Amino acid sequence: MGRKAKFDESVKVKKGPGRKARKQPDPVFKKGLIDDDNEEKKLSHRQKQRAARRLKKKKELLEKKKALKEAKKNVAKVNEKVVEDKSEDESEDSEQENVEGFTDDNKEWLKPKQKSKSKEYNSEDDEDESGSDQEVVEDEDVEEAPEKTGKEKYKVGKLDDLFVDTDEEQENEPDEDDDAENENKMDYNSDSSDEEKDDDDDDDDMLPIEKANIKLKKKQKMEKKLADDELQLNISKQDVFAFPSEEELQNPTSLQDIHQRIKDVVTVLSDFNRLKDQERSRCEYTELLMKDLCMYYSYNEFLMEVLMQIFPVQELVEFLEASEVARPLTIRTNSLKTRRRDLAQALINRGVNLDPVGKWSKVGLVIYSSTVPIGATPEYLAGHYILQGASSFLPVMALAPQENERILDMCAAPGGKASHIAAIMKNTGALFANDANKDRTKAIVGNFHRLGVVNAVICNYDGRQFPEVIKGFDRVLLDAPCTGTGVIAKDPSVKTSKEQKDIQRCFNLQRQLLLAAIDCCNAKSSTGGYIVYSTCSILPEENEWVVNYALKRRNVKLVPTGLDFGTEGFVKYRHHRFHPSLKLTRRFYPHTHNMDGFFVAKFKKFSNVIPEPFKDEDDEEIKEDAEQNGDATNQEKSKIKNTPAKRPAESVAVEPQNKKTKTTDETNGIGDNTSKGQDNSKQVQKKNKNKKNKKKNKPQENQKADSSKGDNVKNVVETKTEVTETKDSKVEPKLKGKKNKKAKQNKAKMANEEPSKQNKGNNVQTKQNQSVIKEETKTNAKGNVAKAQTTNQTAVTSKASNKVENDSSSSPKKNKNKKKNKKKGGANAPTVTVNTNKEKITEKMEIEASKKLKNKNKKKVVGQLNKDKAKSGNKAAAKLNKKKQK
Amino acid sequence: MKVLSEDRTKKLFEKLTKYIGVNVKLLIDRPDGTYCFREKKDRVYYISERLLQLAQTVKPDHLISAGTCFGKFTKTNKFRLHITALTYIAPYANYKIWVKPSAEQQFLYGHHVIKSGLGRITENTPKHQGVVINTMSDIPIGFGVAARSTTECRHADPLATIAFHQADIGEYIRSEDTLV
Repeated sequence: MGRKAKFDESVKVKKGPGRKARKQPDPVFKKGLIDDDNEEKKLSHRQKQRAARRLKKKKELLEKKKALKEAKKNVAKVNEKVVEDKSEDESEDSEQENVEGFTDDNKEWLKPKQKSKSKEYNSEDDEDESGSDQEVVEDEDVEEAPEKTGKEKYKVGKLDDLFVDTDEEQENEPDEDDDAENENKMDYNSDSSDEEKDDDDDDDDMLPIEKANIKLKKKQKMEKKLADDELQLNISKQDVFAFPSEEELQNPTSLQDIHQRIKDVVTVLSDFNRLKDQERSRCEYTELLMKDLCMYYSYNEFLMEVLMQIFPVQELVEFLEASEVARPLTIRTNSLKTRRRDLAQALINRGVNLDPVGKWSKVGLVIYSSTVPIGATPEYLAGHYILQGASSFLPVMALAPQENERILDMCAAPGGKASHIAAIMKNTGALFANDANKDRTKAIVGNFHRLGVVNAVICNYDGRQFPEVIKGFDRVLLDAPCTGTGVIAKDPSVKTSKEQKDIQRCFNLQRQLLLAAIDCCNAKSSTGGYIVYSTCSILPEENEWVVNYALKRRNVKLVPTGLDFGTEGFVKYRHHRFHPSLKLTRRFYPHTHNMDGFFVAKFKKFSNVIPEPFKDEDDEEIKEDAEQNGDATNQEKSKIKNTPAKRPAESVAVEPQNKKTKTTDETNGIGDNTSKGQDNSKQVQKKNKNKKNKKKNKPQENQKADSSKGDNVKNVVETKTEVTETKDSKVEPKLKGKKNKKAKQNKAKMANEEPSKQNKGNNVQTKQNQSVIKEETKTNAKGNVAKAQTTNQTAVTSKASNKVENDSSSSPKKNKNKKKNKKKGGANAPTVTVNTNKEKITEKMEIEASKKLKNKNKKKVVGQLNKDKAKSGNKAAAKLNKKKQK
Repeated sequence: MKVLSEDRTKKLFEKLTKYIGVNVKLLIDRPDGTYCFREKKDRVYYISERLLQLAQTVKPDHLISAGTCFGKFTKTNKFRLHITALTYIAPYANYKIWVKPSAEQQFLYGHHVIKSGLGRITENTPKHQGVVINTMSDIPIGFGVAARSTTECRHADPLATIAFHQADIGEYIRSEDTLV
């Protein structure tokens, strides 16, 4: 209601009658309510003079203080001198001195409040601006105040009154007045807080509440510090961690307990000497930790062990924790079609919450949240961006493609990195995007067309054969297939599915691919000659070791990747000592860089000459591993050009199957389910047929050999069935011992039934035998390819003799078979009779039978070895023949 | 990668002319090198001569794609443009239709453009003319055939079809496997 208030004096309200006859005056506000905007005003001439005087005073004050210090012992004398010094015309000066030293009897222990006092003067000086004589008197009053504390309150009250009065007169410095008031009050309230206030006084504009706040904070800080100290004391006194007993380990109560235990063990390991249980070794702790980690994060022990070798304990837990959480979704702007700013704007309009991925990339955007599916917006479909992990930018940035170059991406699907390369090249030059998987190349085609990449050739080769297709690339990017231990968040199946064998298979492939990639590159290229190797794995076996391998075998050297972050590659890992230049490679971890685990290495090829192949400890290690695992990939085989990719996979795939079939046979035998056995055998046969079809180059001679050896393997199965039968007999008598009458009837039935079963069993056996034979021969053949290669020459010469060998090897076994059959018949007959007798006899029989079995097995093994050699010889010979025919 | 036959070349260019008119010339005469059309498994690729040379080193069985796929010849020997050709058609198109943001999604799912979704249309678009469909922010999202001329559009009722759908960029997701 009424008129608007005029807060500043500058605007003058018109006076005199207006439309309304009576004009309301402007409202008058209390000073405290009015905020002052214009604190910094130009000083008038007088004000300036006063300010200069104040400065002067301050200087003098300082000097006097010094003097005071010097003459501390003779305080009284100094005071007298000061009194003498003061000049009468500067009354303010004299006031100061009065404050400076106390002249009464208490002067020896009383100390003046220096700053706060001087502050008061300041404020009061400001008041002088109005030029009222009163104030001088007031000043004097205040200065007297410290002398007698009893008067203080009264005087303060007076002061306040005065300020209220003066407020109306001068509205220019209400703040300072307030400050002064508050200071005065607070000063008198608590002397202990003087020091704090002295600090605070430096910044003039503090409100009382702010000061109170600061004070409170300081107090809280102190309290917290004390509390922390206490806590530390408590902790150090506490018993840290008790090693759990066996029972506790076997019966885990809850995941939370395990989590707690992990934490505890980590703390113990971090300061082992102090916190350890004296009776426990570090090994025990680490083992416990490993088991707990496996349990808590559901890893298999192998992978956890490997990870523990890579990371220190503390970091390991961080890594595992980070691997549980998905990385933020990132997209890459397609610079062929749009700019990042435009894209960001367009997406924000669609309700996407995003941010640039970081300073290191000009095309990346992080998506925090989105109301629309980010992979199906019209912008996405129009090719303005592609979903791509932040880590996938790195290898392309390291590759640093230039325009008009010829570049190869060896393992391109689904084309994210390749399209990035094309975008950097601005669709010039030529880009070859290769992938071994034909189905996945469709994704490359789709992405390239969507993103508008027109300079690309998409092809489908095994990367290892690429040097035979086309060479002379300026730059090559190899993002090798890997175990994916860096992207566990994306694919948690890695946790449990990876074994030593998988890793080994991976790094063998990676080595071959890397050598192929290096061969594809042209060292004489004027702009390039670079190869970038990257994986989304963090295992040194797949990274540093592979790089080291390539360094030894090709004329390449490592160069800086051009990525200014990431941790350095390992130079030593366990017993491996890599080339020192491996420092130039870069590792990225989910827990430190918030992107997928990644490895990037950049090579520069300095010569196109391929050095002589040689063997070193790397090869040997592989060989050893290969032998241990029965994996048929080693260096020699990789050089055989007959689709080396298939071989390891098949041999590996077959072996476990073989074992399985055996086990199933056994289990079926125990269960006495001949029908199931038949089914199994049929299945196995089918599998075998499939495999046969796949392996067309398998020589016929082998099959002949198979058939000749068929009888041999029969024995194996037969012996197994024997075991099962004996087991049957073992179970049955126990039942029958209780009911003799029924038992006799049963026995009769059994006697009738068993032969029939045996007949069925024999049928089954023959089928099974055939299947087993085929498998075994295959696996043997595969397993011995290497040996076969080395013994090629001998194989050729002994081709004819092989047959003879086969015959000879099979003939004695036939005899054995007969014997075994006889034995078997003998064994069967007693079981029937034994049923009538006591259990002891059956036990004896069992023992006998088992012994026989063992012997037979041993014989079989020995025999097989011989056979294997013969077969491999055969196979090699057949191959040679085929080659000749060609 | 073989050269298109006379007959097929003719069909291809007829089809392209429907959308980009005389601008077809610009596809052939380019300042940045010569470009040509090549055929592989009935698919037609538009590729620069230089890249073609390199692509020929790859065995046909292993070559998946090179350059840009424009479309394919059907078994009845007609040419059908694919959405992948949009990169080249969109900038040269003479006649365009802009759809409203609300109708974008509909078109991207393979529906025709109806009057209610029509944002803008090039003046003097004749009936049955090949048109490129854009969003209001000028992003090409597909192409089709005008069902009505511009003048007819004015008086059409809200549910009348303005342009028949032929291809849209939603196909990159919907039919990635059959794209090339």
